[in-house]
Amino acid sequence: MEAETLTRAQLAEAIYAAVGLSRNESAALLEAVLEAMSAALEAGDQVKIAAFGTFLVREKGTRIGRNPKTGIEVPISPRRVLSFRPSQALKARLNGEAAPA
Amino acid sequence: MQGMTRSELMAQLAAANPHLRLPDVELIVTTVFDGIANALAEGRRVELRGFGAFSVKRRDPRTGRNPRTGQSVQVTGKVVPHFKPGKELRERVNGGPLQAEAAIKAA
Repeated sequence: MEAETLTRAQLAEAIYAAVGLSRNESAALLEAVLEAMSAALEAGDQVKIAAFGTFLVREKGTRIGRNPKTGIEVPISPRRVLSFRPSQALKARLNGEAAPA
Repeated sequence: MQGMTRSELMAQLAAANPHLRLPDVELIVTTVFDGIANALAEGRRVELRGFGAFSVKRRDPRTGRNPRTGQSVQVTGKVVPHFKPGKELRERVNGGPLQAEAAIKAA
């Protein structure tokens, strides 16, 4: 039972239905939410959404990688990667449990 | 390092959209995250191109151990949410296109 994927279109439609703005403005506001989060993460800040989870930026140091095809070793430069830690409430919800207080 | 919270996100949206009432801004933010969470609870995938994709991963039941007593306990199977950042966001967070990946491909 491969359920249908949720995309921007349906989320914008949900905003349209809930708030009563135009479809265009609903889509623009969804974009504004994602952009505000992206900008904060780009600045290296974490984004903590209560009852959902935390998006955080982690610094990774230099390490030696390998081209899996040729076996040639190449240094992987230090980088910042994004990770997501789901909240207890979200994990509980996905498992059909009552959300912890 | 400072951070952004749900209320900080709402404050930014409200400031950028002075024609919206605060309860509407709150409803917008709630609708977005509830929408994602609801889809995941139904086992659906959420794809927001450029930002990232949320999916659920199944964890099989296993025999775990209480690290303090060493006693084995049955851990039931469960599903956990997972987020994979999109290419665009990944590159923005890292301050540009990933140079190391390019280096590996070039080698």
